[in-house]
Amino acid sequence: MLLNQFLFLGAVLFCIGVYGVITRRNAVMVLMSVELILNSVNINLIAFALRNGSADGHVFALYVIAVAAAEVGVGLAMVLLVYRNRRSIALDELAEMKG
Amino acid sequence: MLASDILVAQNIGFGIIAATMIVAALRVVTTRNVVHAALWLVVVLAGIAAQYILLAAEFVAVTQVLVYIGAVMVLFLFGTMLTRARIGGEHNVDNRNWYISIPVAVVLLGTMLYALADGFGSEKLPQDTTPMSVQAVSDSIFGPYLLPFWALSFVLLAAVIGAIVLARKD
Repeated sequence: MLLNQFLFLGAVLFCIGVYGVITRRNAVMVLMSVELILNSVNINLIAFALRNGSADGHVFALYVIAVAAAEVGVGLAMVLLVYRNRRSIALDELAEMKG
Repeated sequence: MLASDILVAQNIGFGIIAATMIVAALRVVTTRNVVHAALWLVVVLAGIAAQYILLAAEFVAVTQVLVYIGAVMVLFLFGTMLTRARIGGEHNVDNRNWYISIPVAVVLLGTMLYALADGFGSEKLPQDTTPMSVQAVSDSIFGPYLLPFWALSFVLLAAVIGAIVLARKD
């Protein structure tokens, strides 16, 4: 197996995630795209761990998984709060902080 | 089975899983139905767990299944339910000027693929892939990376408390 095939897969998933973050209007769907981005980074970490024969990449991947879980928890709580206050989770309607 | 047969089998498995993952990821960002997007995301996450097994990372693969497919997906479905997204598909899940994101993603992808192809060429992964032992991973976590582990514990605690404070009604 080539190293690059995994790196290419990670790059493709990353760009699909970036497309989703910019395109989506629904806050829950934006969070799903962020999950795609974080997972594509994890593929790179594990591929380089295998290439270097060390466990460091695994440790970083596990930390990224834990931080992503915390991020989804807080993010969905915030989405819920926005929904409760505004009856909508469309991100382009949240313009109060615009100068 | 010869080593070359195993290598061919690995490459075929990689190709099938990668194609499935890319199609599913495209469906995640293009479908109009929030629940369908969550279910396509399950396909992507399961494919990533399979790629971890191909890369001899069993413990991370199991953690991926437990945390993502088990916990995060339930959170997403609860989020969809509590924000009362229409199950039958919406018409306005995308921004008005969504087409800006196509050139952004394509240019980013082209840059990354060029840099990767230029930097790593046809470098091969080591052939004799004995799975990384869980003992080695835990020795790293509780050895040189102990301080980030503590920090991560505080992050998780803060996330739990923050989620409760944000989401409770009063």
